[in-house]
Formats: sequence, C-alpha cells, structure tokens
Amino acid sequence: MAVALQLKGQRRVGMTGDEAVAYAVKQADVDVVAAYPITPQTIIVERIADYVHDGELKASYVAVESEHSALSACVGASLAGARVFTATSSQGLALMWEIMWIASAMRTTIVMALANRALSAPINIHCSHDDAYAVRDAGWIQFFAENVQEAYDLTLMAFRVSEDKRVLFPSIVNLDGFILSHALEPLYVLEDDVVREFLPPKEPVNPIDPERPMTYGPLALFDYYFEFKKAQAEAFKSVYPVILEVFREYEKYSGRKYEPVKAYGVEDADVAVLILGSSAGTARYVARRLRSKGEKVGVVSLTLYRPFPASDLVAKLKGVKALVVMDRSYSFGSPGAQLFMDVAAAFANESERPLLINAIYGLGGRDLLPEHVEEAFRKAQEAARAGKVEERELWLGVR
Amino acid sequence: MAVQIKTLREMPREELFAPGHRLCAGCGIPQLVRTALKAVPGPKVVVTATGCLEVATTIFPYTSWRVPWVHNAFENAAATAAGIEAAFKALEKKRGVKRPKVIVFGGDGGTFDIGLQALSGALERGHDLIYICYDNEAYMNTGIQRSGATPRGAATTTSPAGKVIPGKPERKKDLIAIAIAHGVRYAATLNPAYPVDMFNKIAKAASIEGPTVLHYFTPCPTGWRSDPAKSIEIARLAVLTRVWPLYEYEDGVYRINVLVKSPRPIEDYLKLQGRFAHLLQPENRWMLEQLKRDVEENWNRLLKLAGLA
Repeated sequence: MAVALQLKGQRRVGMTGDEAVAYAVKQADVDVVAAYPITPQTIIVERIADYVHDGELKASYVAVESEHSALSACVGASLAGARVFTATSSQGLALMWEIMWIASAMRTTIVMALANRALSAPINIHCSHDDAYAVRDAGWIQFFAENVQEAYDLTLMAFRVSEDKRVLFPSIVNLDGFILSHALEPLYVLEDDVVREFLPPKEPVNPIDPERPMTYGPLALFDYYFEFKKAQAEAFKSVYPVILEVFREYEKYSGRKYEPVKAYGVEDADVAVLILGSSAGTARYVARRLRSKGEKVGVVSLTLYRPFPASDLVAKLKGVKALVVMDRSYSFGSPGAQLFMDVAAAFANESERPLLINAIYGLGGRDLLPEHVEEAFRKAQEAARAGKVEERELWLGVR
Repeated sequence: MAVQIKTLREMPREELFAPGHRLCAGCGIPQLVRTALKAVPGPKVVVTATGCLEVATTIFPYTSWRVPWVHNAFENAAATAAGIEAAFKALEKKRGVKRPKVIVFGGDGGTFDIGLQALSGALERGHDLIYICYDNEAYMNTGIQRSGATPRGAATTTSPAGKVIPGKPERKKDLIAIAIAHGVRYAATLNPAYPVDMFNKIAKAASIEGPTVLHYFTPCPTGWRSDPAKSIEIARLAVLTRVWPLYEYEDGVYRINVLVKSPRPIEDYLKLQGRFAHLLQPENRWMLEQLKRDVEENWNRLLKLAGLA
C-alpha cells in the first residue's frame, strides 16, 4: 500500500509508448505540433490529431508534407514563442537532419519523440538506434526511455528542460520502435493540474515580436561563426545540472526517481554491460540471475545520452575490470560503434579504466535474448581474467 | 479592402529596410523589399530563404531589417513561415497575442526548384502568408547556375552557350500557374519598372486571408552581364516585349495589367544582356525562334484566360 500512497493523485492506465507520449504532449498543452507520418511513430501524431480535433488540446496541428518541413515549421513556431512538439523515426529524422543543427543553434525549445527505427537499406521498420546516433552531434538533448512509463515521464520533463532559460536547447525522447512504441504497458499518469504546476506555460526568450524587431538566423563567416559555435558549446555545458534539477523536481510530483545513469549491481561488479533503451531490463534480468549464483556482474544504462553523462558513468563503473558496450547500430570503418566511442572517450584520461568490448545487437528489431546478454558477460569475464581483450567486436544474435 | 495608390508619392514614407545592405548595384531586390514593407500594413514578420537577399542583408553583426526577420535554410522558407503563422494563430487564441502578417521572400532557386515542395505544402494547407519569389532567373548567389526559372536559351555557368548546345535548352516553369493550381485566391506578377502596380498588388495580397503568391522580375547585372544603370530599362522591355507579362489572378479572374498591343522586338530586350548575346548569332537562330515561340504561346494563353482572345 505504500506505493499507492506515494502515487496519490495519479491514475494507473494502460497505454502503448506512442499513446503515452501523445498523452504527455496533450497534458503539456503544446501550442504547435508539426509532423509527418512514419512508422513506428505515427500513432503519436494520430492521437494528438484526435485531441486537437476533439477540442481537448488547443494547438495548431500542422500536417506538413514532409519531415523536412515538419522540423522547419517547428523552428519557426518555436521562435515565435510557442511550445512545440514533433515526432519521427529513422528516414524521417534523416530528412530532418539538415534542420536539426539549425534548431539547436537557433536555441529553439522543440521536443521530439523519436520512435527508434533502423535506417535503410534494406528498408526496415523495426528498432535500431541508428537514427538517434545520427544526430548525436547536432546539439540536441537526448533521453532514452526504458519503458512506457519513462516515455511518458521523460516527455513531460523534456519540455521543462528545453524551455528552462539556462538551457534553451531542443530535446529528443527516444523510445524503441515497436518494443515500446507499440507495447501496451501499465503506467501512472499525473493529473492535468499537477502537470500544469510542474510545467507552466512557456515563457519564451526573445520571441518574434514586431514591437521588438530582431534578426534570427543571420550569416556569420570566418569572423564570427567560430565564436557562435564556442558560445553554443559553453551553453550546452550548462544543460546537465538543469537536467539533474528537473529530475529531482519531477520526483516530488511523481515519486519516480530519475538519474542520467542507472546502475544495477556495479558497486562490487568485476564486469558489466552498458546499454540504451528497452533492452536494459533484459540485461538486468540476466545480471540478477548470474548474481544469484555469486557472479559479480552489473548493468549500467543511460537515461541521458546527450549531454553524455561521462563523469557519472566513470564514477559508477569504478572497479569494473571489463565492460561490454552494447550498440544497437554500427559505424562503418570506425574504431567502434557510436556508444562505444563515447565510452572510450569518457575513460580516455582515467588512470583506472575497464577493458572495453563492443557488442552489436538487435539491428532492425532482432530480439535481444537473455543468452545474448549472458554471452556478453562471459566475454567480459574472459577479458577480465586474461587482462586483455581478444575479440573487441561481437555481433550478438546474428546468423 | 486594400489601399490602392495612383502615384509613388502616396507610398508610406517609413523605411523598414535599412540602407547599407550589400546587394549589387542595379539589383532589383531592394526595390521589391522596400515596396513590400510599405505595402503590407500593420505588424509583419519576414521569412527569407537562403539566397542573395539573405546573405547580403544580414551579415552578422549587421542587419538591414527593421522588422522581425527569420532565415532557416534554403528549401524551407514556406515551411518555416507556416510554423510561425501556426504559432501566432495558437498564441492569438490562447493568450491574445497579436497576429502579424507573414511575408516570405525566396529566390527562383529557393522557390521553383529546391523549395517547391515546401511551398506546395504551405499553399495547400492554406496558411495566411504572402509568398514573394524574386526571380533573377538563375542561382546567382552561388555564381549563376541555371534553375527551373532560367528562360530558354539563356547562358549560365551550368547551361553555357556552347558550340553544340547554345544555352539552356528547356523552357521556364510557370510559377503562377502552379500557385493557382493549389487554389490560392490571389497570384500576380511584379516588375520593378512598374512600381505603382507592384505596390498595389502587394497591398491586395496583404488584404487577403490565406496564401497568396507574387512573382517578381528582378534584373541581375552580375548574372545577366548587363549594365547596372539599365536594369529598369531591361525590366520595362521585358514587359513591352511580352517576355514578362504583368498580370494578376483574383478569385478565378485573370487580368492583364499592361496590355501590350504592339510588342517591341524581343531582340531589343535580349541585346542588353550578355547572357543572350549568343542567341543573336545566325547559327543559334533556331534557339531564338524557340524562345520567341515560348513568349508568344504564353501571351496567347494569358489573353484567353483574361477573356481577350
């Protein structure tokens, strides 16, 4: 009954990941939604269209003719002072790529749900993290949801973070395509008035205003461009502490605790795996089983991918001898897939660091099975014992 | 009802486009922008596609714009404007924010070619905006490459006047027809040699709720290899040779604003521009004839549409 007390004022409902995101967007009382349909995101914008057409959400719904125009319209709307949302997946995000950089550099506060899907070719509609990784350098905050509850919670928190005057950067909430976007799960939702208290209407900074004419998006060449980028880099460094603050604040309203890095069993672990998104649960299930047999294994997963929680991750992995970095994507010709490179860079100047193995898994929606995670732990244990890595790149579950 | 003027003196004095911009001497774009900002009354926001106008007026830390001005990218001016319009519509309802008129400027590359999809979407969705294409008939900002708006026979760096292919072999797209096919209520052509006509058409567009499309002829001395001092003369000749008919479409009715009964020879227009010099050579006469046919067909089509045929 303790749980029930803690969740006073919340309702337990059943929703898919897409529906939960749409519900959060409605409660966030957004002003503009501009989006284009793409599987597995589509249900998000269908639900939002329902809310708008039924009068439950007073927003301009701009049913654009492409994802490129979706994000372009979002940029204009955000500069005009609106609270703005869009959603996409894979190819759609690839089409938006050009504008992703502009949306960040122009300090918009757009929130995007990204139902993660593999990039073509071959064309596929299921989960990989190619899309999220492909915009990792664009200056967007990126969260990864592990379940439907987190997709809901992170969507609400993303608005609060992005619109914070110390932040003013757009956010992505990643949810694994189909695995979360289409999975029906129970979740707790806040009451509307509670959401309004946590997330009051946007107070725009320097919005478009004919009374105060300003120039947005000028040309800056070699004499100023560099300084613009340095300023953006400095500004992005102030994002992390605000996210911690918003996580703590949201906990007061929801009773749910969020951290940039989720750790399980790593305090005493010899080996660990690091993973993003919905597969973290599978990894913890395997770790729990192995730990019950006395094996010192742990799991870390990231709720926050950008800004990358490097020091937190390094601190949590202290004492771990070998780490398997699990990537649901691949970077051709690179010394490691995308998450692996982040982790390698995070440990670059650490005197004490784990041996690193990169495991590629789940591409195009292939299931990650417990035996795959177990194989990852075994490889890490071998490396830890030998004090070196024999095989740096593993492909788990590929035929 | 839109304010309509009879003389230039009646134009508002207020200049919302500041001097000191870096558009070329003889370029027709500044005249368009000054006129548009005078002709559209009340609060307004300008969106500009990447192109000559954008790079020459907002070189950081300077700006020529005394109105809110937004540049996003090359192909998405109409989509960006749609977002701004949608935002103000929502904010007007929810918070009583006053909704400004949205004016979009795009070059011919940003309108006819790379931005056509975004423009099509914005027109189809019916956003309240005035889209103005300043057409200098090639990608001038990147150094004179052919576009879908380059007329047949014109030489550009990607449709050079070669020994076998003398200039651009294809005809110019019809932007106004494309706009009308989307069901817009008002569309018109503009020309800097006819400033009163230009002001009145922009004012009319501003008085209409929903999307309107205006197509402006702008001489480009740099790309056309013409004398900057002759830009207005060239622009007037474009009308008097029927190369650039001045007309408007309003709620199903076509009106030819300058009915050219006895056109000047097209050569008078061509010979002032280096981009057409090769068309006046005897070996390229066949291309010149094709261009003449394009002009004649278009004029006859407009006469029919205006009920004058």
